[in-house]
Amino acid sequence: MSELAIPELCLVVLVGASGSGKSTFAARNFGRFETLSSDTFRGMVSNDENSQEASEAAFEALNFVAGKRLEAGLLTVIDATSVQTEARRQLVSLARAHDVLPVAIVLDVPLAVSLAHNALRTDRSLEPRVIKRQQDQLRRSARNLGREGFRRIHTLGSMAEVDAASIRREPLLTDFRHDSGPFDVIGDVHGCLGELRTLLGRLGYQLEHDSQGRAIDAVHPEGRKAVFLGDLVDRGPDSPGVLRLVMGMVARGNARAVPGNHEDKLVKALDGRKVQVSHGLAQTLSQLAAEPPVFQDEVREFCRGLVSHLVLDGGQLVVAHAGMVEAYQGRASARVRQFALYGDTTGETDEYGLPVRYAWAEDYRGPATVLYGHTPTVDAVWVNGTMCLDTGCVFGGKLSALRYPEREVVEVAAERMWFQPVKPLAPPLVGSHPRPSGTEGRVSAGDRVPGALKISDVLGKQLVSTRTHGRIGIRGEQAAGALEVMSRWATDPRWMPYLPPTMSPVDTSSLADHLEHPAEAFEHYRRDGVATVICEEKHMGSRAVVLLTRNPSRFGAPRGWRGTAYTRTGRPFFDETLRVSFLDRLDAATESAGLWKELGTDWLLLDAELLPWSFKAGAMIREQYAAVGASATGALADATRALEMAAGHSADTGELLQRTRERLQNAAAYVAAYQNYSAPSDGLDGIQLAPFQLLASEGTSHSGRPHGWHLELADRLADADPVLIRRTRSLVVDTGDLESCAGGTAWWEALTAAGGEGMVVKPQANLAVTGKRLVQPGIKVRGREYLRIIYGPDYTLPRNMARLKERSLAHKCSMALREYALGIEAVERMVAGEPLWKVHQAVFGVLAMESEAVDPRL
Amino acid sequence: MLITISYSGPEPGDLGYLLHKHPGRVQSYDLSVGRAHVFYPEFSDERCTAALMLELDALELVSNRHIRLDARKSLDHYVNDRPYVSSSIMSMAMGKVFRTAMTGRCDSRPDLAASAIPLEITLSAVPVHGEVGLPARLFEPLGWKVTEHRLPLDPAFPEWGDSNYVNLTLAGCLRLRDALRQIYVLLPVMDDSKHYWVADDEVGKLLRAGERWLSTHPARGFISNRYLAHRRSMTTQANLLMENDQDATQDKAAEADQTSRPLKVLRTEAVMGALHEERARSVVDMGCGEGALLKILFADPTISTIVGTDVSAQMLDRAEERLRLRELSERQQERLQLLQSSATYLDDRLRGYDAMVLMEVIEHIDLERLPALAAAVFGHAQPKTVVVTTPNAEYNQLYPGLACGSFRHADHRFEWSRSDFQQWTSEQAAQWNYTVEHRGVGEHDDKFGTPTQLALFRRV
Repeated sequence: MSELAIPELCLVVLVGASGSGKSTFAARNFGRFETLSSDTFRGMVSNDENSQEASEAAFEALNFVAGKRLEAGLLTVIDATSVQTEARRQLVSLARAHDVLPVAIVLDVPLAVSLAHNALRTDRSLEPRVIKRQQDQLRRSARNLGREGFRRIHTLGSMAEVDAASIRREPLLTDFRHDSGPFDVIGDVHGCLGELRTLLGRLGYQLEHDSQGRAIDAVHPEGRKAVFLGDLVDRGPDSPGVLRLVMGMVARGNARAVPGNHEDKLVKALDGRKVQVSHGLAQTLSQLAAEPPVFQDEVREFCRGLVSHLVLDGGQLVVAHAGMVEAYQGRASARVRQFALYGDTTGETDEYGLPVRYAWAEDYRGPATVLYGHTPTVDAVWVNGTMCLDTGCVFGGKLSALRYPEREVVEVAAERMWFQPVKPLAPPLVGSHPRPSGTEGRVSAGDRVPGALKISDVLGKQLVSTRTHGRIGIRGEQAAGALEVMSRWATDPRWMPYLPPTMSPVDTSSLADHLEHPAEAFEHYRRDGVATVICEEKHMGSRAVVLLTRNPSRFGAPRGWRGTAYTRTGRPFFDETLRVSFLDRLDAATESAGLWKELGTDWLLLDAELLPWSFKAGAMIREQYAAVGASATGALADATRALEMAAGHSADTGELLQRTRERLQNAAAYVAAYQNYSAPSDGLDGIQLAPFQLLASEGTSHSGRPHGWHLELADRLADADPVLIRRTRSLVVDTGDLESCAGGTAWWEALTAAGGEGMVVKPQANLAVTGKRLVQPGIKVRGREYLRIIYGPDYTLPRNMARLKERSLAHKCSMALREYALGIEAVERMVAGEPLWKVHQAVFGVLAMESEAVDPRL
Repeated sequence: MLITISYSGPEPGDLGYLLHKHPGRVQSYDLSVGRAHVFYPEFSDERCTAALMLELDALELVSNRHIRLDARKSLDHYVNDRPYVSSSIMSMAMGKVFRTAMTGRCDSRPDLAASAIPLEITLSAVPVHGEVGLPARLFEPLGWKVTEHRLPLDPAFPEWGDSNYVNLTLAGCLRLRDALRQIYVLLPVMDDSKHYWVADDEVGKLLRAGERWLSTHPARGFISNRYLAHRRSMTTQANLLMENDQDATQDKAAEADQTSRPLKVLRTEAVMGALHEERARSVVDMGCGEGALLKILFADPTISTIVGTDVSAQMLDRAEERLRLRELSERQQERLQLLQSSATYLDDRLRGYDAMVLMEVIEHIDLERLPALAAAVFGHAQPKTVVVTTPNAEYNQLYPGLACGSFRHADHRFEWSRSDFQQWTSEQAAQWNYTVEHRGVGEHDDKFGTPTQLALFRRV
């Protein structure tokens, strides 16, 4: 019984005449959906499996389906005769288009067998001459399969062989998903042996030497493995020495390596093929000439055996010399190898005569971390989850390594400039960082500007995986609705790592004259298993997110930039002057409260309320709220007067007069309610910030900390600057204790009787989960008088109240949860240093959710 | 929500007959959105006053699908002024409650109904949008003496000034039916708003209610324009039906337009001129809005491929409707494509075009976001030609209505002088490897330049 080895991912082409047993063979060796049979497709497009007229349409459909499968990384088997060169050529190009290897399995059984099989078939019968012709075509072209591009060819010459054969699927040469390291991934060494030895030492490796004192291995006591990103040779002082050490480490399992373009050239030169001897290759060749021929052979074999790129750690890490786009990861084709060695060049050259490269990393959106070298840069930095570790050691820069999974860069300065660079080292183009000042200038074709986001990052249907609430889908029309607000009004996405969620109101009250009441909020959390809640006063201001930083480069901002304060739709609150003075004051308060030091951070992201409401909403208060108040009080007073006059001589005005008087009182109450929200402010005078949560600081998000911690922190800020910072009053309530709940209700009553807006009830522990379900992060309980400016002056009339109580909260609650999860996710991503587009995607999601039509009064 | 009508003739009580409403009790009528009540605050030998009071249901107003609340005033809120003001809903209630009185029929007092009688009418909280004195301009030519009292926005905040609501008193000697019809028409005219969608039969309504007074009213054009919700086809129709020489003045206005063509036409011509010079065949109109430029691009045979983008999906829908895209043949549809996109995001779909036009776009984007726009346009889309137009702030001095330092449009985030603009364009050109040429659009002033400035970028 023979085993036919094929790669785990490939396009298998069965080649054989009709009746040679292909379908039977496929059914025995491959899965139900893996085999695509031309007969089946003929049937699908024409209702007739044998229709030769339908062949063209059938193959078009088959190719399409095969393409979709290969795109998804699924092994696919083509069950068609494929005896003609032309038919196979199309399949080879299909495989290449998806960067998988084409494999041929030839069923070259004697003609008599095929004829006999065919004669037995009841569903159709081909003329013997057709089968004979197929057999001839097969025989004529079979020896060319290799030249046609098939990378593996298995031939089964008899029915016995066909029956005995089985398939063995082998991992691709690039596939080391089982190896999870930990790794130390090292950038371009270029013959800099001294720096490599120092770097390995700093990483904790112990060097081993041969009898001549040359380093031949390095072992890490914790079993870490080095991964070399190629370009071990050329330009530097000791390429053979570097090769000896790396080859030794690889041979003993202490390292892995991928080839660089310099190794590729070297192999060609050693093979005696014509290559342009430049870029320091000459040095390497002369250095190697001094070595014994056996070493040269070893070098050649080692370099030739290197595989284009490696997929490590369950697919989460990909290493390649010049990088690897997502579509090529774990694939095999000439262009994948080309990309791995040379990157994506545009074909143009720059003013130094060097190839212009397409900045693939700027567009990278894949989940795997990609580590690469090839393009010398000043510092190793993250770009969309990729990092270039070539920091130009040979040019006098640094030799860099990334510790994985720790993601910590370790670097060693070059001992000297070993080779004069053609052009000065370029600082990297970075998704989340600006170009350092002084390096502006012409940008080559294909370069991207820092912080640039793609429209496809946000538009269309999006799925955002969140840590707290699973995958959240954003519908296309929701995203479309948010694009305008985001583009035309919101602040720079780099400075907006969070948007606050909408908040659900409390379940409608069971009391006749209340729409909202604390009792239902306590009950809600008790039901959700939250024993301790905190009631926080709801400030009469605008929701504000404040980013305060002493390190503008963390947010891609110019030097001297202090941060920003923006609304719940991302719109900046202040003009330039006011922003600066506001942030300076806040910084001073943070300093004197000792928070910079205590939190070990140089930036803060605060969730807060900015007062007074009229600062942002002054026009709305005047044009809407006051206008309604003016017309209501004016007209109702006139109507009351007219009715009072009529009452003198007409008996039946009583009821109408009484109703109208009541409405006049309601109008006055309404005016009193909105008047609470208007306060003058002049510059910073009159403006107050009431922070209630520290969302994040460097390295940490704080959404898991109890609210008590957040409020205590806010109180310290308020102590430091009681004029600018306002405290948030609060009360802890035990939801299982009736007396405690009554206390909470009384607190709310006192708060709202004094003109307050109401309160928000939150789980004291903050981020809370019941079972596997996320619990509402907060529930608002608004005051009875405040609700007049939401539901209208007369909402308290029994007839209105009864109807308003029919409001439905389910959708609002579900949106509140999803927006909360998206907001937290954005912050977590930003804290983790994830690429800007991923942070922005979650932030955009919050705004997209908000574009949905939900009762705005909730 | 309240109108009172006072009559002080020899027999004041006759008002009850004229209105067909008994003075002795409160009479109530169902409206779809609440109730109307008629009662008499005054009933004496000297004077009789009838009141029409609306008691509207605020919740019903919001949820009733036949009611259109003006977004300007309500934001879809339960909090809106409609339950309290005297607006088109009052007109509707008058038409229902005083239907017979408005026809002028009164079998018991026919002579009185046909005569001009001394009347005083008060209207509470009339929303007035327009210049001060608008009510006088509308009612005085009809023979009324007008007293206007503006309500303050909030007496507690005198600095907020007055509201748009006016308590009106009209005194005059008119036929009751004419008085009622005038108020019926002019309430929504003063408000410049109606609570329902204006349909074709609105012209007929206007002509019937305006019979005998509208065709000779000096503000006739203004009244029919507002009453017909600024629908051009309807106002033309109404004017044709009211035989009057006012049409001539309108024609004259149109003629005047032709001699000094509007800036937006000149601007479009300048943009098209630049595109022709650069021999652009494929063009992206970024920020196409409702498609004014697209229409011209589409009619131009030298342009083979057109893409209109806008950040607002709603705007694209309107453009699609205006350009009648759905009625075009498949080939024509392929020539013109509408895409939702944003100037501050990179969009692969916009690469590979000859030219990109940003006509009056940049000034609608915050200054701090302009680098992202430049990266998307020059850095990513990289068309051979980029045409940018924007207002020239210097020229604003020549606009008498424009306060010093204010912008031409409320949404403008900035307006640049010529040197501001040129500094930005030359920075972009240098950074992104383009050359730039500046042009003026519109009438040239020696000191302030042209109203619009245009930059033509060419990729090196």
